[in-house]
Amino acid sequence: MGKTLAERILGTRSGVEARAGDIVIANVDMAFIQDTTGPLAVRQFRSAGFERPAASLRVAVFLDHAAPSPGSALSDDHRLLREFARETGAALSEVGEGICHQIVAESMAAPGDLIVGADSHTVTAGALGAFACAMGSTDVAVALGLGKTWFRVPESIQVVLSGNFPDGVCAKDLVLYLISQIGAEGATYKALEFGGDAMGNMSIADRLTVANMTVEAGAKVGLFPADKVTQDYLSALGRSECYQPLSADTDATYERVINIDLTELEPMVARLHTVDSAAPVGELSGTKIDQVFIGTCTNGRLNDLAVAARMLKGKRIHPGVRLVIAPASRGVLLAAIEAGYVQVLLESGGIILPPGCGPCLGLHQGVLGAGESCLSTANRNFRGRMGNPDAFIYLASPAVAAATALRGEISDPREMV
Amino acid sequence: MLSGRAFKFGDNISTDAIIPGRFTQLRSNLPELAKHAMEDADPTFASRVKQGDFIVAGRNFGLGSSREHAPLVIKMAGVSAILAKSVARIFFRNAINIGLPVLLCSTDGIKDGDELEVDLRSGTVRIAATGEQLRFARIPEIMLRILDEGGLLPYVQKHGSFQL
Repeated sequence: MGKTLAERILGTRSGVEARAGDIVIANVDMAFIQDTTGPLAVRQFRSAGFERPAASLRVAVFLDHAAPSPGSALSDDHRLLREFARETGAALSEVGEGICHQIVAESMAAPGDLIVGADSHTVTAGALGAFACAMGSTDVAVALGLGKTWFRVPESIQVVLSGNFPDGVCAKDLVLYLISQIGAEGATYKALEFGGDAMGNMSIADRLTVANMTVEAGAKVGLFPADKVTQDYLSALGRSECYQPLSADTDATYERVINIDLTELEPMVARLHTVDSAAPVGELSGTKIDQVFIGTCTNGRLNDLAVAARMLKGKRIHPGVRLVIAPASRGVLLAAIEAGYVQVLLESGGIILPPGCGPCLGLHQGVLGAGESCLSTANRNFRGRMGNPDAFIYLASPAVAAATALRGEISDPREMV
Repeated sequence: MLSGRAFKFGDNISTDAIIPGRFTQLRSNLPELAKHAMEDADPTFASRVKQGDFIVAGRNFGLGSSREHAPLVIKMAGVSAILAKSVARIFFRNAINIGLPVLLCSTDGIKDGDELEVDLRSGTVRIAATGEQLRFARIPEIMLRILDEGGLLPYVQKHGSFQL
């Protein structure tokens, strides 16, 4: 009987057959922590009596959520993490380098890897065919110490994609649509595995956006095959030795199969206050917006800034709107400067934040006021997410974000091309 | 046997409602952080909850972030167990890892303020006022054993590693 991607990777890493429903103990290739979950993980690591991470592990520490630190307590958390990295030899990604998931994709994850991260969007690296799974601080602390952890092998839902994105529609619209169809717990405890004829039309940037948000449907992992697109991406980064082809068997067993034709998709907007509430942009057109945020591990990449820059070139944003932009990494920001996007975005009235999570989690750099509305390219719009329980957050693509910044109200980018 | 009062919540209570990101600067000061437990779902919760009480929720409790501080502040506020129709994956592991039982059962028959008795061994919840008994689902054996040891750290300290 054939294997799903989830069964294949967990089978290899656990050394047993690993069928959906089995509990396995698997060797972890990489573990990482960040600045909001890392301090607790370090304390738990030390409380457990561990001194060094398992020798077999690649370990990374990211300062990205509160970067640069907006307060002394968080500065002390950063000090603790720097000291841990120094003591253990873990790779340290300093303030300003960017968001953990972007850097993991750019320089650390490889097809077939088993990765655990103390951040829910660890699933992002599934875009490269890595079984990348989010856990809490104690789970990651123990995985750091032992070099392994336990998993229930997930049942897989196959998402078969065909066709290509129409103008004005992108990967964000696809994943918002998918989540609206299956719901916020439609994939809880399960793997979402993507495939189909459209794979050749989906860049790694597209796949990162989709994999990133699979957790918003509850998924344990969101997995893409490793193929020519993956190989080209890794080669361009000088990492061709990391590549291995990876796919599910054609006779693998799926709990459910979902077919989506990309050519039929529209720009989508997630309504208040749930991610699974997305509707075509036309249903929300005209909603007044105070702040537009372009960035995050979902949509803070070069292609996202390129879309915004193309739409904003030579124009000014609406006077009633603040446009806040946070590139996902230092590499993204440098490339955006080189391509002239940063100049365009600044001239249009935008604000460029340092690479990092920015205002996504309500900590700093664009906290909303009571009654204010934000249209964000992030992955979560729960009440209170951006620092104020009396504010409103809509989620959409960079194209919808740029169109909205120009008009001061939720707008369809297809009307502006 | 656990006993206490039910604090009833609805579906899809996110980790942002349990412990909002705006309190991130308190994450290395857990006693202060715990004063904000459930604040965006019920601002009066942390001041009303007593040792031993229960959170009784609907579907998909704890969706969102991987922050282990979510079950931690609930436990520190005094809650002895969470009863829910379903619970998000990361929250589920985190709660068990810190020794906070999560019991999956139909919660429709429980009203806010009901006195409950929970028997972890027999897997039952008794509503004191009506005598009605609910059964909760068995969780995977490995999670039961972690819970039995009081959490993942005591489990690993005792066994040295994971055991199937």
